[in-house]
Amino acid sequence: MSTITFDPSLPTGAASPPLVDPAAAVARARPRISVAETVGQTLSMAWRALKKMRRNPEQFFDVTLQPLLFTAMFAYVFGGAISGNVKSYLPLMIPGIVAQTVLTTCMSTGVQLREDMEKGVFDRFKALPIARVAPLAGPMVADLVRYLIAASLTFVMGMIIGYRPGGGVFGVLAAIVLAVFTGWAIAWIFTWIGTIARSAKSVQGFSMMILFPLTFLSNAFVPVRTLPGPLATFVNINPVSHLVSATRDLANHGAITGQVGVTLLAGLVVIAIFAPLSVRSYKRHL
Amino acid sequence: MTPTTAVDARGLVKSFGEFRAVDGIDLEVRQGEIFGVLGPNGAGKTTMLRMLATLLPIDEGRASLFGVDVAREPHRIRQLLGVTGQYASVDEDLTATENLWLFGRLQGLRSADARSTAKRLLVQFGLEEAAEKPIAQFSGGMRRRLDLAASLITRPPLIFLDEPTTGLDPRTRGQMWDTIRGLVADGCTVLLTTQYLDEADQLADRVSVIDRGRKVAEGTPDELKSSVGNSTLQLQLGDGADHDLARLVVRRVVGGEPVLTPESGRMNVPLDAADVAGDALIALREAGIPVTSVSVSKPTLDEVFLAITGHDAGRPEQPDDVVDDQALLEVA
Repeated sequence: MSTITFDPSLPTGAASPPLVDPAAAVARARPRISVAETVGQTLSMAWRALKKMRRNPEQFFDVTLQPLLFTAMFAYVFGGAISGNVKSYLPLMIPGIVAQTVLTTCMSTGVQLREDMEKGVFDRFKALPIARVAPLAGPMVADLVRYLIAASLTFVMGMIIGYRPGGGVFGVLAAIVLAVFTGWAIAWIFTWIGTIARSAKSVQGFSMMILFPLTFLSNAFVPVRTLPGPLATFVNINPVSHLVSATRDLANHGAITGQVGVTLLAGLVVIAIFAPLSVRSYKRHL
Repeated sequence: MTPTTAVDARGLVKSFGEFRAVDGIDLEVRQGEIFGVLGPNGAGKTTMLRMLATLLPIDEGRASLFGVDVAREPHRIRQLLGVTGQYASVDEDLTATENLWLFGRLQGLRSADARSTAKRLLVQFGLEEAAEKPIAQFSGGMRRRLDLAASLITRPPLIFLDEPTTGLDPRTRGQMWDTIRGLVADGCTVLLTTQYLDEADQLADRVSVIDRGRKVAEGTPDELKSSVGNSTLQLQLGDGADHDLARLVVRRVVGGEPVLTPESGRMNVPLDAADVAGDALIALREAGIPVTSVSVSKPTLDEVFLAITGHDAGRPEQPDDVVDDQALLEVA
């Protein structure tokens, strides 16, 4: 580093003349952040998260390998047992895998936020005059890319092993959009967990405990009629079941059903509850 | 509060459970000065700075920067303030340029303006050759410089520097001092914390000494130092020496009040000039008081502390009587 020279004789205002004027700065300082500023700051934070993703490509392992592996694995292991053969199991299973991979991706949103928050740069984010939600929402906007990859790859893998979605191109695209939206909404829960947990490890552990029952106690992989009564009741109110049913309706039949509406509504409710909770607990972290 | 006040804090208190990290501190920093907050680790310096920077809620008391209330208008405060923490708060995964560009964008600069500001600051801080390198490859001094550069993007009128040179080598330290003086020349006000008396001496117009969450002294560095003299004579009295007599003899010769350290037989004597030490030694020999070791040094923060608070800067949480009890136990 000896090549780097430092010239302290250079007055700090040399490159651009205006000197610091406290009175003008006080007059300029605005009391609130506008919505437009909040959106701009969130996008800047998303830019940062995308840069980091590109520099750490191993972050994409889960969203690429998991859909490929799980789709093939579940199809060939459970296909014969549940639906008689692999091909007839696919329309039931693929939407289930879509929901599962998107939810797992959500989990890493919380883990990564927690890791990020321990870094020094978050101290600066807190000291800057920016919207408190921006450092949380920015990475989540960038994560849309990950949900998109996860959902699309699952469909692609499904088609490779013989899935022929009855909903056509429109149905599949709509299903992907719904899955991405739901994933983003549910990610707020994990973001909140990220802001209250003590370490990234505990986020991981806690998230697993929520995710496994939610995905497996749903209609993702088996028909509900095969389940015992109390379990079937839970499965029917499980929001993941609604996502899976809505995805099936869209991808397999190209139909926008009530399940789609219920899923969208559930997503909005989750955002409305957990986004403010996350911001509040992030502020308390100061 | 007058229009020329940059920081005005009254009775600041911050408690963590039972522990009062900041215990009723008043602070007044005038515009255009470098104000030093001097104190050992754990004295409450960083906690106080974080409260003033809206990073910690203020439990009791009130504070305003340029007349803007810290608790009531945090968003405005953040626009007036550049904060550089003890640990470089820049993004390790981004390059230097990307870091500055991001912070510029976040504070409302257009993309092109953010880029030119980043370039200007990197040149100014001697980092242009490292502009496209990831921060992970930066040395400690380069990180500090980048961190400070990141605080200056919007030219805030007030800069908080938390121990800006802790851990830097002497050369980089001197560069940092020059940079800080340059900020004030531009019209900034600087509030810095430090553990080093010489840093406060070099930079600060006025200094507050903080200990255990309380302000124990305030004044110019010269006033502060005069309380311990320009240099210090340290004496280790021999076995059987009459401590009270030694104190009297030394006081008569040097004029200042000798301080007996908790370790028995050690005496610190403030001197106006180093050569008075010889007179003190001659007087001690004439009085027949044995001395086993002698040294003369510049006053350290430890001595300022000892003189002002009567206890060691290194163990702020341990009351002196506890230390003495332990010493007695060890002897027994």
